[in-house]
Amino acid sequence: MSQFAINILFVGASFAIYIGIAIWAKAGSTKDFYVAGGGVHPITNGMAIGADWMSAASFISMAGLIAAGGYANSTFLMGWTGGYVLLALLLAPYLRKFGKFTVPEFIGDRFYSRTARMVAVVCLIVASLTYVIGQMAGAGVAFSRFLEVDATTGLIIAAVVVFFYSVLGGMKGITYTQVAQYIVLIIAYTIPAVFISLELTGNPLPPLGLFSDHSASGQPLLAKLNEVVTALGFDAYTAMVDNKLNMVLFTLSLMIGTAGLPHVIMRFFTVPKVADARWSAGWALVFIGLLYLTAPAVASMARLNLMTTIYPDMAGQVENYDAAASNAIAYGDRPDWIRTWEETGLITFEDKNNDGNIQFYNDSTDFADRGWQGNELTVNNDILVLANPEIANLPGWVIGLIAAGGLAAALSTAAGLLLAISSAISHDLIKGAINPNITERGELKAARISMSVAIVVATYLGANPPGFAAQVVALAFGIAAASLFPVLMMGIFSKRVNNKGAIAGMLSGLTFTLVYIFVYKGWFFIPGTNNLADTPENWVLGISPLSIGAVGAIINFAVAYLVSKSSEEPPREIQELVESVRYPKGAGGAVNH
Amino acid sequence: MADEKTNAEAYWKANVRLITGCLIVWALVSYGCAILLRPLLSSIPVGGTDLGFWFAQQGSILTFIGLIFFYAWKMNRLDKQYGLEE
Repeated sequence: MSQFAINILFVGASFAIYIGIAIWAKAGSTKDFYVAGGGVHPITNGMAIGADWMSAASFISMAGLIAAGGYANSTFLMGWTGGYVLLALLLAPYLRKFGKFTVPEFIGDRFYSRTARMVAVVCLIVASLTYVIGQMAGAGVAFSRFLEVDATTGLIIAAVVVFFYSVLGGMKGITYTQVAQYIVLIIAYTIPAVFISLELTGNPLPPLGLFSDHSASGQPLLAKLNEVVTALGFDAYTAMVDNKLNMVLFTLSLMIGTAGLPHVIMRFFTVPKVADARWSAGWALVFIGLLYLTAPAVASMARLNLMTTIYPDMAGQVENYDAAASNAIAYGDRPDWIRTWEETGLITFEDKNNDGNIQFYNDSTDFADRGWQGNELTVNNDILVLANPEIANLPGWVIGLIAAGGLAAALSTAAGLLLAISSAISHDLIKGAINPNITERGELKAARISMSVAIVVATYLGANPPGFAAQVVALAFGIAAASLFPVLMMGIFSKRVNNKGAIAGMLSGLTFTLVYIFVYKGWFFIPGTNNLADTPENWVLGISPLSIGAVGAIINFAVAYLVSKSSEEPPREIQELVESVRYPKGAGGAVNH
Repeated sequence: MADEKTNAEAYWKANVRLITGCLIVWALVSYGCAILLRPLLSSIPVGGTDLGFWFAQQGSILTFIGLIFFYAWKMNRLDKQYGLEE
């Protein structure tokens, strides 16, 4: 069977499962559509959160980022998992107890203000839309690489599949497809990693392999990798980071942002009890941890494999790295996977010194004495996971699995985000503001229509990505961290914060964060409109625009507190609402509103 | 009525204390061991590198998982102890 046929088989089979689930899990009420009926088991929910959370970025890009940055990019690992501790301890159980359908609804009720609810709706839509465009574009790329259709056609196929199960089933359909998608993506991610770990270290468990000895050289894997990359002028893989303030703030922004993302918070509304919300956060992190503990192993092993493919003499015990570096493979002898990826433009080669060999190194270090005149090979970080099975010479079915896994990661996250957007429109905007007297059936219909519109918009923007689409980390996490998380937390932990405080806090955190990002990235991300170049020398105190969400969150907290202190206390019934959210007793009743 | 209120307040205080303790551990492993204190831990070798690197790429994630389950278990006991469970 050809590779193409295998890929079609794997992707086709996974899609058939998703569609089957959609037909089985059709939503009959708004409660089904928004919170899957509210009866999801905590382990099932944990798995669904795993798929909801792990996007094309986690599946495809993260290992590549860590491979390129080494220790410095551990921020993604800690940031995207540490947020779950905040969720489990500070938000999830209480928002579950509150027992309504959406995040803006809590903000609106707790701060007895339609304005606050609308500010939250806008933040939710901007953050989620930025995020979903990346997922749709990622699905398009996966299609074009593995199924040999062009990216736009791939995007439309993906949109049709998502349309089917999310419009029909809402949260109910999405929950059970996400469980299936989690299983597909975790198998696809771990199988190649196990093979590679066995090959390089003899240890079948990649997280242990990472800290084991490298079989071919007898040295610890990470020590070997450090030697190889430094011999080629790169920073050591495990090197310390000087700008610790920025590293701390970046990690903090990712953590707070994770905890404030509405599409993740919503998933906690689907479990029956407050205790289940706590457990499902734990299970979610177990399922997420399986991938996040594998990713750093994949990163270091793939980086080493890539280097020793180009410089075969570096693979074993090396006496003299200069000599090993001078014996790179000839461009004509490059392996097939390099040829395949060259066709996509994600690997490029230019023979700068015309010696016919590939020189792959960090050319900010001068290696003229080796006869090198610049780095000749550029490898896009994103191909690392996708090309991994080919680099390690794994059988064709593993490649088919990776294709299905990458699509599962992109589609499951896209569906969760689209649901967050459509429920904000139908429940918060239409029922909450425009037409409060809408019937249950009318609202369900409105939810399905908003979902359809959101899919069409996301598909269009996925095919024609606007400038802001590439700024997921800055924009989606920055907004969630600076505007949503602080008011949600204060709404539970303080009875004193009132409507004025919450609105002032959200707006000041948001404005501060956006202005700081726009100053370096361009106003509304229009190229050329930035006031300062986006380089570390220009950053205030060395804080990158990607890390500013954490500072925005602190400003939000401070402003909300000060404004509330200098104005009246919230009314009595609001203080009672806060009380009721704090104690688990009586959650079962609260959901039937 | 007054008793019920005191009971609920005591429950909330115990919860906030537990959260504070968990968040101290949370910050200590990630911002502490993995980032700010890494230079101090660099003399402790782990598989070809140092303890700080291990915390950054593995240790903090494992601690986070443990923390959430610990909190969930402890809170379930508090819920029962104060008679506030569902």
